[in-house]
Amino acid sequence: MSLTRTTRAEFTKQTTTAMWWILGLVLVVYLGVTGAGLAFTFAASATGALPANKGVHLPAEGLAPIVYSVGASIGYVFPLLFGTLMVTTEYRHQTLTPTFLATPRRGTVMAAKVVVGILTGALYGALTAVVSVGPAAGVLAGYGLATGLGSSDTWAMLARIVLAFTLWALVGLGVGALVRNQVAAIVIVLAFTQFIGPIATVAATFVKGLDRVTQYLPGAASDAIVGHSIYAVAGASTSAHLVWWAGCLVLGGYAAALIVLGWLTGWRRDVD
Amino acid sequence: MPTGHVIEFRDVTKRFGPVTAVDGFSARIEPGAVTGFLGPNGAGKTTTMRMLLGLVRPTRGHATIGGRPYTALERPMQTVGAALEASSFHPGRSARDHLAVYALASGIPRARIGEVLALVGLADAATRRIGGYSLGMRQRLGLAQALLGDPGVLVLDEPANGLDPEGIRWMRSLLQALAAEGRTVLVSSHLLAEVQQTVDRLLILARGRLVFEGGIEDLVDPGEVATVVDAPDRQALRDALTAAGLQYEVLRHGLSVADADTAAVGALAAREGIALSLLQRRGPSLEQVFLELVSGERTHDSAAPADGGAR
Repeated sequence: MSLTRTTRAEFTKQTTTAMWWILGLVLVVYLGVTGAGLAFTFAASATGALPANKGVHLPAEGLAPIVYSVGASIGYVFPLLFGTLMVTTEYRHQTLTPTFLATPRRGTVMAAKVVVGILTGALYGALTAVVSVGPAAGVLAGYGLATGLGSSDTWAMLARIVLAFTLWALVGLGVGALVRNQVAAIVIVLAFTQFIGPIATVAATFVKGLDRVTQYLPGAASDAIVGHSIYAVAGASTSAHLVWWAGCLVLGGYAAALIVLGWLTGWRRDVD
Repeated sequence: MPTGHVIEFRDVTKRFGPVTAVDGFSARIEPGAVTGFLGPNGAGKTTTMRMLLGLVRPTRGHATIGGRPYTALERPMQTVGAALEASSFHPGRSARDHLAVYALASGIPRARIGEVLALVGLADAATRRIGGYSLGMRQRLGLAQALLGDPGVLVLDEPANGLDPEGIRWMRSLLQALAAEGRTVLVSSHLLAEVQQTVDRLLILARGRLVFEGGIEDLVDPGEVATVVDAPDRQALRDALTAAGLQYEVLRHGLSVADADTAAVGALAAREGIALSLLQRRGPSLEQVFLELVSGERTHDSAAPADGGAR
């Protein structure tokens, strides 16, 4: 079956270059340190070990899921970048020529990239779950707070992180196929995930009714899938948000729409 | 042994907006020979090759390999090997890994990778990053990629670019050996001199149109060849030519005889007892004919200029 062969070739493209493990390594370090640091701050604040702050008052109850989900709220940029680079690298180094010579059916190549995106997204999601929970659970336990590890809700949330990350990899695939230019795609991804998305979410907490719109932004949909968000702590907990499966449909919808647009405007076109 | 297939272009046309890059190109390329695909830069050679390989969609017409379009081939890399440009590599990958990707995609056994790398002389550099390769090494890697599936048809775009003279000699004998095995070999170049000694047949493209199709020997019309002859006693020579009924033109360094070959003129001079100081066959150089074809100064019967395309 040609999809199997093409998928193996796509996996080999990744394993023979450094991008996937560099992104994975940065994810592990960044999210692990952030998770542990926030767990420490929140736990110290909730137990009164730190001087009380009037702005944020954290209850000791239910702290674990908020801390565990921080990694997902900020880490989705990694599967997103992975998906994007998987396509733009081919344009950048003109490797679509040998790729389409080996597999002239372009739909098969895109399908193989979707499979690799799903599996790598899931891997990044699993890594995120591990580094978000591991150090943070240790800190919480150190403060004598509940780690939530005995609760099936915690594990269900971790599974939803994995699900959200697979969808993010596919959104990235679509962005890459649509934008094609590697530098432009990276700038767009970073601008959207690091500035526009967060600003919109925070703005929605101040402007009445804006949350009805911003809940459909990809970042908000992703938070809806995971079910907890660092923004909830910042006071946005009353904002409208989707139920988790609706978040899946919205984020999946973005991925599908971007991939279809990328297909129509670039993928099926002349390669030169 | 892989089988060569006929490559066929039928009225292939490609427009990029207002620009017609390839215009009604028709040709048939047979197995068992090296066919040179010649034309200046920008003539449409690369676009034509990309249309053959399903990378660029023709505006009109179609190109087939053994009667089928490239995209419909069962095992494309085992049927057609292509080397299009020297830059289609991820610089961070080694040659071995690069070939492994496309071997996997095509179901080609891994052992073949070492074989082709040895064949093109890259065995020692196989595990080095391609980013550090010279242009010549990239050309060799491109050729290794084309040969990976042991295909019966080879399509190579400017494969001699960046090769040193020794590399060009090596490429020449490799292409001839591949054609001798019955494969179809199509090789493009913008220099006639580069392929002159390699190719059995020529296709010349200019401004997107076929301007010549045939053997190298057909390039120069026999009618254009003249015999140039001179003697210390030039008057005696002129008298002898006139007596024999031969027309001649007086040049600065001799007489140009249009209707007799060197043997006939030599025999005539011997018969008349005239000692010759010069006797040679002179025609336009291949390069000159090529340039005139390309510039449109000269047309050839093999490619009808008015109605677009040969035949």
